[in-house]
Amino acid sequence: MDSPLYISHYCKIEKGLISVDGNVVFHADEAPFSDFIKQAFKHQQLDYPKFYKMDNLSKLAFLAAEVLLRDEEDKEDIALVLVNKSGSLDTDVKHQESIQDAANFYPSPAVFVYTLANICGGEISIRHGMKSEQVFFVSDAFDATTIFNYATYLLASQKAKKVLCGWVELFEENYKAVLCLVERAGTKLHTINNINQLVKN
Amino acid sequence: MEELKEELKGKIIEVLNLEDVAVADIDDSDALFGDGLGLDSIDALELIVLLDKEYGIKLSDPKQGKSIFESVNTMADYIAKNRTK
Repeated sequence: MDSPLYISHYCKIEKGLISVDGNVVFHADEAPFSDFIKQAFKHQQLDYPKFYKMDNLSKLAFLAAEVLLRDEEDKEDIALVLVNKSGSLDTDVKHQESIQDAANFYPSPAVFVYTLANICGGEISIRHGMKSEQVFFVSDAFDATTIFNYATYLLASQKAKKVLCGWVELFEENYKAVLCLVERAGTKLHTINNINQLVKN
Repeated sequence: MEELKEELKGKIIEVLNLEDVAVADIDDSDALFGDGLGLDSIDALELIVLLDKEYGIKLSDPKQGKSIFESVNTMADYIAKNRTK
């Protein structure tokens, strides 16, 4: 690696609060997730009806990516490295409930298509026209080293110009997203320690 | 028939999560796919499930869907003739 990499911007969504680079941009503390994320989406004044059809994990990842990427240009070569603990379990449970009763067996195709965690990466890629590498790891515990190494590799090998990476966890009412945009310019160094601080604090 | 059409519009909005669409926004003859409501292939599958779940109609030939799901008019007409519940 001949030049340092930086976390140029980061977004956190947790406990009814959305912040960008440490500055709160939206909060709705008491609302359940589905209401909170809908309010946040409308607050961003986005015109994207597909959002309402997404599962909750995709809504979470989509909105975190949106606030970081909406003003970016040339997004085709931005890669995605996402990690969480629960995979798509939140939607898996909903799908399972719809096929539990043989006498009332009506699985929803619109729910079923989200029973893969990496679909949220697809939603982000479609929205922003990203055609670079994309990966979604499911890990029991947050591991900053994996994110750091993968993002560094993608940039060092010139497989991507920028990398959007981080943690997007959701199961029922427990949710947390911390996404970082890593590139060759910025002020906060792309290090394992800095990623850990952003995600764990 | 008018009552069925209004009911159908409400169910379409609900099952397809058409957040910014109201019953009054959908004309009976509006195209559901393409330039109309802009529904996609997953929405088409949801409409097939809706016919089964709400009206007891199982579409044995998916090719039928193209004409049945043309508009609320065509859907209501098909439901009225084939419903089992």
